[in-house]
Amino acid sequence: MKKITAMLLCLAMLFAFAGCGSKDTSSDGSDAKVVTIDEVEKTVPAKMEKVEKANFKIGLICLHDENSTYDNNFIQALKAAQAELGLKDDQVLIKTNIEESSACYEAAAQLADDGCNVIFADSFGHESFMIQAAQEYPDVQFCHATGTKAQTAKVANFHNAFAAIYEGRYLAGVAAGMKLNEMIEKGTITADKAVIGYVGAFNYAEVVSGMTSFFLGARSVCKSATMKVTYTNSWFDIAKEKEAALNLINSGCVLISQHADSEGAPKACEEKGVPNVAYNISTISMGPNTALISSKIDWAPYFKKIINAALEGGTIESDYCGTMAEGYVALTELNTKVAAAGTQEKLDEVKQKLMKGEIKVFDTDTFTVDGKKLESYTADIVDNGDFVPDSEAIKDGAFAESSDRSAPYFDIKYIDGISE
Amino acid sequence: MNNNEKHIHEPLFHITKRADIVWWKAWLVRLVAIVAALFVCAVVIVTITDYNPLQVYKTMFEGSFGSERKVWILLQNLAMLLCISLAVTPAFKMKFWNLGAEGQVLIGGLASAACMFYVKDSMPNWLLIIVMLVASLLGGVIWGLIPAFFKANWGTNESLFTLMMNYVAIQLVSFFIMVWVPSGSSVMGVINQASGSGWMPDLFGKKYLFNILIVAVLTVVMFIYLKFSKQGYEISVVGESENTARYIGINVKKVIIRTMIISGAVCGLAGFLLVSGTNHTISKELAGGMGFTAIMVSWLAKFNPIIMVITSFLIVFLQRGAGEIATAFRLNESVADILTGIIIFFIIGCEFFINYQINKRSKQKEAK
Repeated sequence: MKKITAMLLCLAMLFAFAGCGSKDTSSDGSDAKVVTIDEVEKTVPAKMEKVEKANFKIGLICLHDENSTYDNNFIQALKAAQAELGLKDDQVLIKTNIEESSACYEAAAQLADDGCNVIFADSFGHESFMIQAAQEYPDVQFCHATGTKAQTAKVANFHNAFAAIYEGRYLAGVAAGMKLNEMIEKGTITADKAVIGYVGAFNYAEVVSGMTSFFLGARSVCKSATMKVTYTNSWFDIAKEKEAALNLINSGCVLISQHADSEGAPKACEEKGVPNVAYNISTISMGPNTALISSKIDWAPYFKKIINAALEGGTIESDYCGTMAEGYVALTELNTKVAAAGTQEKLDEVKQKLMKGEIKVFDTDTFTVDGKKLESYTADIVDNGDFVPDSEAIKDGAFAESSDRSAPYFDIKYIDGISE
Repeated sequence: MNNNEKHIHEPLFHITKRADIVWWKAWLVRLVAIVAALFVCAVVIVTITDYNPLQVYKTMFEGSFGSERKVWILLQNLAMLLCISLAVTPAFKMKFWNLGAEGQVLIGGLASAACMFYVKDSMPNWLLIIVMLVASLLGGVIWGLIPAFFKANWGTNESLFTLMMNYVAIQLVSFFIMVWVPSGSSVMGVINQASGSGWMPDLFGKKYLFNILIVAVLTVVMFIYLKFSKQGYEISVVGESENTARYIGINVKKVIIRTMIISGAVCGLAGFLLVSGTNHTISKELAGGMGFTAIMVSWLAKFNPIIMVITSFLIVFLQRGAGEIATAFRLNESVADILTGIIIFFIIGCEFFINYQINKRSKQKEAK
C-alpha cells in the first residue's frame, strides 16, 4: 500500500507541475500580437521540374478504403483523372487505411521512395505528417485535402486544397427544403414540424459550415424549417451513425442529412422511410426509396490540375479552393422517385444564381445569431496552433467562407434555427 | 463377456494427447501448415482475382523487405507489437487475463503526450524524456493496478474489468484531445513539431533504433525474469494453481498485484515509445488494436518471450504484406486480410497436431 500511495503522490506532483507549465504558455500566448490572414507572411510555392509523362507517378494516401464514402470519393476521382490523362496503373499508387499517425509519414516517404512526383493525402489528421515528409523530400510535391497550415507553414512543396462545398451543400439543402414543402402540402406534416436531423462527425468548423449552408439552402425554400444536430465523434462509424439517425427520426425529424462517412445514416433512413440527403457519393443504391441527392467535392479537376502542373513544370498553389464553375462542387444524380416535383429546375436556377454571385450562401441578411444580425465575426484562419480567432470573416454583407483559406472556417454554433 | 468386447465399435480414428514431441517434428508440422496455408491462399487468389499467386506472394514479401525503409518500418512495428506482447505475458502466465493492454498503452501514451503538450521546451529535452517515461510507466501501472487490486481483494473478474478499463482510457484520451484542441477537429497533430521537444532522438540517424533496442533488451530481461527468477517461478505456480501456491507459502495477492504492476508498466512503456519515439502525437488509435493482437502473439509463442519475436514478426509481416498487396494490385485490403486470416488459421490450427495425436483404427484389432 505504501508503494501505491507513493506512486499516487508522484503522479499528483507531476500533474501539479504540468499545470504550472500550462499557465506559463497561456500568459505567453496573450502577450503575442494576433496576426491576421492579410498580414501574415505567406508560403511561396515551389516551382516544379518538368517530368516526362512516362516517368510520372502520383500517390494517394487514404484514411480508410472504398467502404468509406469520403475516401471512395477521392479514389474514384483519381481513377477518373488517371483515365482521362492516360496514366498506367503503376503510375497511380493508392495506399488505403493509413492512420493519422507516423504511418502517414511512412506511407508518404515510401511513395516518394517509389518515385512519386506528387503525393496527396485525404484526411485532416494527415497534415502534420505530410509536412514532415515534405521537409524530407523537397523535390516531391505534397498535397493535402482539408488542411489549414500550408499557407503559413513556409514549406514550399506542401499544399492544401479544398472546394467551395458550402455552395453544394446549399443546393442539396434546396432539394431538401422542396421535399419538406411537399410533405407540408400533402399534409403528412404541419409546417412547424419541418425538422431536419443532421448527423455530424465532429463539432468542428468543416462540419458546422456544411450543416449551416445545408440548412440555409433548405430554409431558403421552406421558411419554417429547423434543424437538430447530433455528433458521432468519429468520421466513420456505421453503428453510431445509424443509431444517431434513428434517434433523430424517433425524436421527430422528418428528413436526415449527414456529414459522416459511412452508410449508417442512409441505411437507417431507408429502414424508416425517411428522406436522406447524403454527401460525397450517390447513396441511391443504399436507399432507392429515400436517398434524395448528394453534394460532393469532385476531386478529379484538382488531380488533373496537379498532375498537369508536374508534367508541364508549373507550380501548385499553397492553398487552393476549387469552385462550382470549375466543376469542383457537384451534385450527384437526383433521385426523381423521392424528390419533389420541380426540384431539378429549381436546382438549376439556384446553381446559376450561385455561380453569378446573385445568391451568397452565408448572406448575413438570411440568418441571425442569438436573434441578431451578424455584423462582424473574427474567425481562426491563420493556423499557427494557437486556436485564437484572428481575421475578420464578414465581407460585403456575407460570411466569406473559404475565401481566405480553402478549409472551412465558419464555426458559429449555431445560427438561429439549428440546435443540438 | 468376450463376445461383448468384440462388438464394441472402435471409431475410425481417435485423438490422444501427445506426451512429448521432438522439436524438429513440431517445426515440421508448422512448416507443412504454412505450405498448406499458402496453397489454400493461392486457390483463393486464383478464384477471386486473376493474379498469379506467386506474384502476390512476392509482393507480400516486398511489403516488408522491398526497401531499407520498409525493413525499418517492419522492425519498428515488430518492436511495438512485441513490447505489448511482453507486457501481457507475465499476467497471462499467471492466468490473469489482462485484456486491458490497449487501455494501459493509451494511458501511458496520454501521460507522455500531456508532458509534451504542457512542458513544451521549458525543460531540457533529456529531462523531459525522463519525465515522460516516468509518467507513462506510472500511467500504465495505475491502469493495470486497479483491476489487479480488485481481483486480489474481492475476486472480481479481471477479463471484464480490464476490458472496460480500455473504454475509460479511450474516453479520457478523447477528453484531453478536446481540451487541447479547442477547434473541435479532435486531431492532435504532431506535438512540438518545430522544436521536437519530448521526441526520442535518432540513433545513428535512424528514427526507430532507440525503440527497437529498448524492446530488444526488454525481451531478454523478460525471458530471464520469467524463466530464471524466483518471482517468475511464483507467477507460474500461481498460474497453475492458486491453492498450491498458497500451500507452499506464496502470497498470491502480492504476486497478482506485483505482476500486474509489471504488466501495466511495460504497457506504459509501449505508450511512451509510441508517443515519444514514433508518432509524436496522441489519438484514440494509438494502440491500434495491438493490445489485442498481442494476446495472440503471446499465446502462439506459449508465453516464451524469445519465441514471441518470431510470432510478432509473423503477424507484422502479414500486415505489411497485406497493405502492399492492396496498393500493388488495387485490391481492397479485405482481400489481403482474407489471406492473412487463412495463414493464421493454419498456424494456430497446426498446434493441435503438435499437441495431439490422431490414432487410426488399427487393422489388427479388426482382424481379431
